[in-house]
Amino acid sequence: MRTVELLVVGGGPAGLCAAIQAAEMGSSVILVERSQHLGGQLIKQTHMFFGSEKQYASKRGFDISNILLDKIASLEKITLMQSTTVMGIYEDGVVTLEHKGEYIKVLPKATIVATGASEKTLAFPNNDLPGIYGAGAVQTLMNEYGIKPGNRVVMVGAGNIGLIVSYQLMQAGVEVAAIVEGGPKIGGYLVHASKVRRMGVPILTRHTIKSAHGKEVLEKVTLWQLDDQWNGIPGTEIEFGVDVMCIAVGLAPLSELLWQAGCQMKFIESLGGYVPTRDENLQTSVKGLFVAGDVSGVEEASSAMVEGYLAGMSAASYLGYKLYNMNEVKENLLNQLDSLRHGQMGEKIRKGIAELQIEHEAAASVDA
Amino acid sequence: MRIEQHPILDFKRGKKITFTFDGKQMKGYEGETIAAALHAAGVKSLSHSIHLHRPRGLYCAIGNCASCIMEVNGEPNVRICVEPLIDGMVVNTQSGKGELK
Amino acid sequence: MLEVTGIPTVEDIEKVFPSKERLKIGPVVVMECFQNIPCNPCYTACKTGAIKEFEDINDLPTVDQSLCNGCGLCISNCPGLSIMVVDMTYSEEEALIKIPYEFLPLPEIGETVKGLDREGKVVCEVKVVKVLRGKSLDKTPIISLAVDKEYVKIVRNIRLGE
Repeated sequence: MRTVELLVVGGGPAGLCAAIQAAEMGSSVILVERSQHLGGQLIKQTHMFFGSEKQYASKRGFDISNILLDKIASLEKITLMQSTTVMGIYEDGVVTLEHKGEYIKVLPKATIVATGASEKTLAFPNNDLPGIYGAGAVQTLMNEYGIKPGNRVVMVGAGNIGLIVSYQLMQAGVEVAAIVEGGPKIGGYLVHASKVRRMGVPILTRHTIKSAHGKEVLEKVTLWQLDDQWNGIPGTEIEFGVDVMCIAVGLAPLSELLWQAGCQMKFIESLGGYVPTRDENLQTSVKGLFVAGDVSGVEEASSAMVEGYLAGMSAASYLGYKLYNMNEVKENLLNQLDSLRHGQMGEKIRKGIAELQIEHEAAASVDA
Repeated sequence: MRIEQHPILDFKRGKKITFTFDGKQMKGYEGETIAAALHAAGVKSLSHSIHLHRPRGLYCAIGNCASCIMEVNGEPNVRICVEPLIDGMVVNTQSGKGELK
Repeated sequence: MLEVTGIPTVEDIEKVFPSKERLKIGPVVVMECFQNIPCNPCYTACKTGAIKEFEDINDLPTVDQSLCNGCGLCISNCPGLSIMVVDMTYSEEEALIKIPYEFLPLPEIGETVKGLDREGKVVCEVKVVKVLRGKSLDKTPIISLAVDKEYVKIVRNIRLGE
């Protein structure tokens, strides 16, 4: 059995920032990541980020990842465990890991779960055909491994992911036949939409997939228009011959470990599904268990990073490591989160998070 | 289909290595996953559903959805989207739930 | 409309396009930023003080056009690629526009390419005057194009080849 002060689960933007902050305050940290690479989804983001300088705005995702990884490498207090999957969190606090067939037990004094989120899917006939991917999978292929998913694509979803990945597909030399959006409006940032529109890509709002066709792999897609009740309108079908379809209809928090640990969970649609209640310091209803990033509510990478710093600081404080200006730092991080969630796009997020706020005795020990 | 030129990214590929897929010899690069190497070679049909044997491809690519499981070096149910490719690997299409030998 | 089509309307463009008087003076920035999103790198990038500090990072950018010299530093710093520079003093018939272009191959200086509108439709031919790239642009090259003045509010992208 290994012991450690802080276990961070997930090496994406939230987990990296959490580990950095806690280690800088003096805590020993084990950072566990399922993939062979750290950086999570950042490493495949080729676009510049929004936000302010504090969240590395105007830098590209993979460059931000490199900045964070350099920082991680400079901190001796952090032990990295890549290609390692957390199997479970048990009542006695033991966390079990699997690394290349080896079974490892760790007993941390505090844990930060920053497992992120996974792509949702969409129900339509033949939605299991090879060639139909989550948009994130296509990003992995293109931007991490330099492999084209195919020649011509239909993108489902005009949220930020759908718009950004469409643009990236074109940068990789793949034709985007259309972006299909079930809702009456474009969900993502309009500047992203304008970028793909001026490349000649149509965005079909109030449309969805009627069915996919193909024998072994995807060959053709039939779309149709939706009425106000979200029912397909017969006679409005359009066909596209494509070998790729990307599904970008939202993300769902990867919250299995939180359920297992007994965290109080609430269903908040605007945050992607079941998410944990938490106090201001991002401590869940389970003492010593903190959350950060998409697992605590699906948002942008910028807010995931800020939440990571906050959870890292809270966990370090919980472990007894303090900063002389901790209140000031906390205030600053909370202000950053506020302003990232302040716009019209952030309204639903703010409401969702407000429903999750709890105060429990454990919170007192963090602020002490 | 590998991307040779990209406006934003430079792809640093590792050493060229070989593996077999259903008995056929294939090439890939050190540092990439089995799924990436198969995709580059145009193999999109990865697993098959247990009852209807419908072909399944890559869906999440982060080790989450199990749509890509294959038999690797005799071990079934390997998520090839997160499993690094190693020189000499034997990758096979899996039928059914797989069997531990 | 913009939120359904993704294409800024003529009215949207009019709102952010500099006045005739300002255009007579020289190059100036056009910011097609119509939505309150948390973002302020244009302000951070601006060295002349033309782009004002944001009270709230969700505000739309405000520009003091008298301070803008059309340098275009903000173009490649805008994560939304929503900024262009217009110079109506370029020549008698042609305006010069500077746009970001993140695709390969890049056009050659002197090459005639297709000018596209905000819907990606070919509207005219434009001439490539300059192709700016470099470390400080962080892989968002800036293309300067000579455009018939009649199309200055229409052309926003280019296409190479046939």
